[in-house]
Amino acid sequence: MTAAIVLAAVQTSRATIPDVITFAVAAAVILVGALGVVTSANPVHSALSLVLTLFGVAVLFIEQDAQFLAVVQVIVYAGAIVVLFLFVIMYLGVDRRENIEAEPLRGQRPLAFVLVAIALVGILAMLAAAHWVTGAHAVAGSTTAGGKSNVYLLGKAVFTTYLFAFEATAALLVVAIVGAVMLARRPTNELEDEELESAAGDDESGSGADAGGLPRHGDSDGVDDVPSDAAANAPAHGEARS
Amino acid sequence: MPGLAMLGSLVHPLFAQGDPLFDNGVGWFVWVVVVIKVLVAFAVLLVSVLLMIWFERKVISDMQSRIGPNRAGPWGLLQTMADGIKLFFKEDLLPDRADSVVFKLAPYLSLVPALLIFTVVPVGGVITISGHTFELQVADPPIGILLVLAMSAIAVYGVMLAGWSSGSKYPLLGSVRASAQMISYEAAMGMSVVTVVLIAGTLSTRGIIEAQSHTFFTSWNLIRTGVVPFVLFLIAITAELQRPPFDLAEADTELVGGFHTEYASIRFALFFLAEFMNTITMSAIVVTLFFGGPDGPIPHIPSATIWMPIIWFLAKVMVFLFIYVWFRAALPRLRYDQLMTIGWKYLIPLSLAWLLIVAGFLVDGWWGGGIAVAAVALSTLLVRAFSIGKERDSESSNVPVLGSRVAPPGLHALGTSSAVPPEDERSGHDEGKS
Repeated sequence: MTAAIVLAAVQTSRATIPDVITFAVAAAVILVGALGVVTSANPVHSALSLVLTLFGVAVLFIEQDAQFLAVVQVIVYAGAIVVLFLFVIMYLGVDRRENIEAEPLRGQRPLAFVLVAIALVGILAMLAAAHWVTGAHAVAGSTTAGGKSNVYLLGKAVFTTYLFAFEATAALLVVAIVGAVMLARRPTNELEDEELESAAGDDESGSGADAGGLPRHGDSDGVDDVPSDAAANAPAHGEARS
Repeated sequence: MPGLAMLGSLVHPLFAQGDPLFDNGVGWFVWVVVVIKVLVAFAVLLVSVLLMIWFERKVISDMQSRIGPNRAGPWGLLQTMADGIKLFFKEDLLPDRADSVVFKLAPYLSLVPALLIFTVVPVGGVITISGHTFELQVADPPIGILLVLAMSAIAVYGVMLAGWSSGSKYPLLGSVRASAQMISYEAAMGMSVVTVVLIAGTLSTRGIIEAQSHTFFTSWNLIRTGVVPFVLFLIAITAELQRPPFDLAEADTELVGGFHTEYASIRFALFFLAEFMNTITMSAIVVTLFFGGPDGPIPHIPSATIWMPIIWFLAKVMVFLFIYVWFRAALPRLRYDQLMTIGWKYLIPLSLAWLLIVAGFLVDGWWGGGIAVAAVALSTLLVRAFSIGKERDSESSNVPVLGSRVAPPGLHALGTSSAVPPEDERSGHDEGKS
């Protein structure tokens, strides 16, 4: 059935055989990656599958003559955002196998099936109604209209027609960053108090090596505590790094 | 395939942009040329890595009054080859706690971006064979220089995953350091590239070297962007490559070997290969962006227009390779907080300000001058604000500074002699952990 759809698309649209082959391979890569994201038990493998999906989408962008979007996709999403995900996974030490059976929200499983069914029906309906999902070139105006390069056209659109939206997005991002810094940054007084109160167990920072020979923070009542404290803390520390 | 797109761009400048997949078909001749170009680029890169490793060892030996490799082959030239063969035949180890798939994948994630970056480097001029014209570079996509940024962004994965998948702590620390470092310096690197792109008016690497080829030296981007972006770019890529003095990721004295501690045999060789290949390709990128690529005076000898640009290109790249070795011999490794301070507090603001100034001067002199004055005023204000803030901080609290070892306040009260536990207690702690 898929082959029939593809062939019909070739006949009815501007897509050619190389277009369709590229689309099919990229689509397969995207699907494999997407399935990997949701089925991997290990969060790091999920993140890597996400990178695979992003690459597949970048290939589709190139196939649609949108080279700039493709390369920005790789730089921003694959190069920065997923790296950030991996950072968080590694730092927080959640890089262990998850129990997929656990259900944090009640009723989320049936709800997921319903939503997926709705989405699937929508996509199939669109597939039946249109032929623009099989590698035919841009449907809403050419990406290289008037012999200008894609970068030129995109730049012109962003800095003239869509200038306000572009600047508003930039402002939004700045606000988000400032907000994140404000939320993440605790007042210094509070930090000191906590440092005094907390026992030596506070070691989530992930740097296992510098815990070696240093006196622990917060042993305010004297050095006598250090050996016992260290011994008590050692096994827990070993586990955290596994 | 970007190689095809590049060839199309010669037939018609915009052909490549309108038809990246060559739906209208390509001749067998174009196919042959593309295959030859890819193979030649691959072989040249591998051989140049062999020579680069030998060159680095020889030069650094000279700078340290040693002899260096001198047994295998004339002047020790075959030493790298011998090392490579040895690594190839060593036992391939897979650590017990390693994540085997990712562990095996990581070296390739390092190597492939290193190879791909070189595809957009123009190594020479344009040649004509039986009616067909070819640029001496593997590919000339319209987004050329962005491919370099994308690939250096992907290279982070190799290092990061290698460290994580080893399942041991020194590689993890090394890889966290390395990836934080690479991400931090990417911003400054990108901003310097944007300055060059502003001046050249194109993203294509071929376009960038053509924009610099009017007169020798004065038309190079080094002069036209005002030297500062070049300095920033050189520092940023040194950090990106993790070459000394930014080699914290593999700081042997602290982290055994960093992210590749657990690697052996051919996989270790792949990391090594990628590292040196990156050094070569990044030197080539510096030459392309700031030194006119293959641009240089050509003597009036028959066929000199073909080989003379290649010689100019190689000569310029050699200078940078030597500079990298020189860095390694001359500069001590930075501390981690110094590294981050340089990256975030100096390189990024400076590159941003310089980008705005260059953009202003492209409009006209008044805009440029105005932005320059505003930038200086703003940075003075910021520096003053920071110094006031720092004074206030040091008066009111003793918040631990990143990288400094602050003893708990309680221990200060007891006197400095008791701040560090006795030696036997510390060793006991270590045993308990392992």
